[in-house]
Amino acid sequence: MAQIVIDSLRHSYDGNLSDPGALALKQVDLTWEDGRAYALLGPSGCGKSSMLNIISGLVRQSTGRILFDGTDVSDLPTEKRNIAQVFQFPVLYDTMTVEQNLAFPLKNRRLPTDEIRRRVADVAEMLDLGPLLKKRASGLGAAEKQKISLGRGLVRSDVAAVLFDEPLTVIDPHVKFELRRKLKLLHEELGLTLIYVTHDQSEALTLADEVVVMAEGEVMQAGTPEQLYERPSHTFVGNFIGSPGMNFIPCRAEGERLVFSGGSLPLPPALSRSISSGQSLKIGIRPQHLRLDTSGTPQIAAHLIELQPRGDSYVADLRIGETALAMRVPDDVALPAAPFGVSFPPKHTLLYADDSLIGDLDA
Amino acid sequence: MHKTQDNRAWFLILPVVILVAFSAVIPLMTVVNYSVQDIFGPGQRYLIGLEWFRETLRDPEVHRAFLRQMAFSGIVLAIEIPLGVLVALALPRAGWKSSLAIVFLALPLLIPFNVVGTIWQLYARPEIGFFGRVINDLGIGFNYTADPISAWVTIVVMDVWHWTPLVALLAFAGLRSIPDAYYQAARIDGASRVAIFRYIELPKMRSVLTIAVLLRFMDSFMIYAEPFVVTGGGPGSATTFLSIRLVNMAVGQFDLGPAAAFSLIYFLVILLVSYVFYTILQRVSAQ
Repeated sequence: MAQIVIDSLRHSYDGNLSDPGALALKQVDLTWEDGRAYALLGPSGCGKSSMLNIISGLVRQSTGRILFDGTDVSDLPTEKRNIAQVFQFPVLYDTMTVEQNLAFPLKNRRLPTDEIRRRVADVAEMLDLGPLLKKRASGLGAAEKQKISLGRGLVRSDVAAVLFDEPLTVIDPHVKFELRRKLKLLHEELGLTLIYVTHDQSEALTLADEVVVMAEGEVMQAGTPEQLYERPSHTFVGNFIGSPGMNFIPCRAEGERLVFSGGSLPLPPALSRSISSGQSLKIGIRPQHLRLDTSGTPQIAAHLIELQPRGDSYVADLRIGETALAMRVPDDVALPAAPFGVSFPPKHTLLYADDSLIGDLDA
Repeated sequence: MHKTQDNRAWFLILPVVILVAFSAVIPLMTVVNYSVQDIFGPGQRYLIGLEWFRETLRDPEVHRAFLRQMAFSGIVLAIEIPLGVLVALALPRAGWKSSLAIVFLALPLLIPFNVVGTIWQLYARPEIGFFGRVINDLGIGFNYTADPISAWVTIVVMDVWHWTPLVALLAFAGLRSIPDAYYQAARIDGASRVAIFRYIELPKMRSVLTIAVLLRFMDSFMIYAEPFVVTGGGPGSATTFLSIRLVNMAVGQFDLGPAAAFSLIYFLVILLVSYVFYTILQRVSAQ
């Protein structure tokens, strides 16, 4: 296991770095700490798979360095990098048995036979593949196949990190849950450094100690699931994480108030100083932080457009002036049909200038 | 379950029955017809049972032609299959270079068989052909019209030139169907080039190679036009393969009865050997 540092990495598949808009990866600096589980989250085409392939050496970056424990590995080929990678679709050596599949990476590295046998037995035990060892790998189901792909990574004791490229895409939902738990367990037991690429936020948030959100070749935010959820540093992250995503309300600063269509909120002086003129401002608030205002003198009035049941709660589509908002309502709360007041708890009401977080209204 | 009886259903399969009858059954029956009769003239035909079959199976000329044919198919398969795979592995994977290489590779496949024969008949001539001249200039006596070994070399080289591209194209198609992830996983697993071939490429090419082996076996076993043009079956009968022998019988000697019996045996042999090949290759892949 090792610490992995990505140092001012840029990548373009056609080798042309002159047009920053066309880069697959634009200036990435990141540190993956030893023994932690990371999720690399982002929409399709955001560069997360490119990043993974650059770490494992399948793709050579255009510029920048990759360091494993301080050693520059940028020019090392994949097989010398001690990286295990599991792909979206299970890759198996069809003509081999499960056992031979698991032994293959060790055989290629010319380990002694008894050592190979011991390691394969250990990994089979860990992944519950014991009864299948003598079977041909090609006849198995997708979940078993993906376990074998994972096993080929775990069987090597020297791996610096295990990289996953959306490994559960082809797995049935109920098995998915189990495999994810297994993975988390293995991570805790073995202290593996995991980097897990996914576009599924619930997968990312449940599996990872830390989530890196990417969009259009850039890291938008890296942090714990709580940080990403409670204080998204960019409107993209707020939108991408959460279902429904964060509400963003265009607004403008007028003296000591933030004015938006249908209402206004007090603007703390500390915050108003960090706004420069000409910036586009947005108020951001999570649907479950919006509150029904029962004070009797509501400042901001909302109309109910539609109620969507979500099992234990509802998501109410509201309208405040010209602004559409989503609000999560516990199922024991009845919303009035007539316009009603909503309040914005200042601690959870965030202000964004040009899509970047500048603070909350509690400042 | 109650079954409905409706004989009008027979009308629906009538077109197929007629088509198959005219395309296969009736021509085949003509051959069967000839093979069991001795015909002296339009009015003089005698049913003689399996006499022609017995005669053909005992004919030492046919035996020799059969052994030559097996040797030829064996040699040609042993060269073309591995060579085709090697060529496929060496081809560029994608882009305009790949397209260009495939066009050049496919050129021999577009040439009519007897033209291929004519090309090599000239190309391999010891006095004027480039191929023949070069070999003779190297100090090796080479003359396909006089020397059986020269004749065999010419015909084998010609067949390899003509048909290796087919094997290469099939193998290339097999290679192209392998997802990149397999190669990437192999690099992660530290597999050598040989291991990649042995454990990824060869297993993935198995079905196309089965087709390649069957096609090349059947075609090489029926080869006629090319050796006929180049050597005419000679020198002596050194390159008289089964088809050449058959045509000599049917057209040269006008022995239609024995030739018909020969044709049927020939057909059954090809069917049988193809079946054996297929079964073996399926067995290998099921292991």
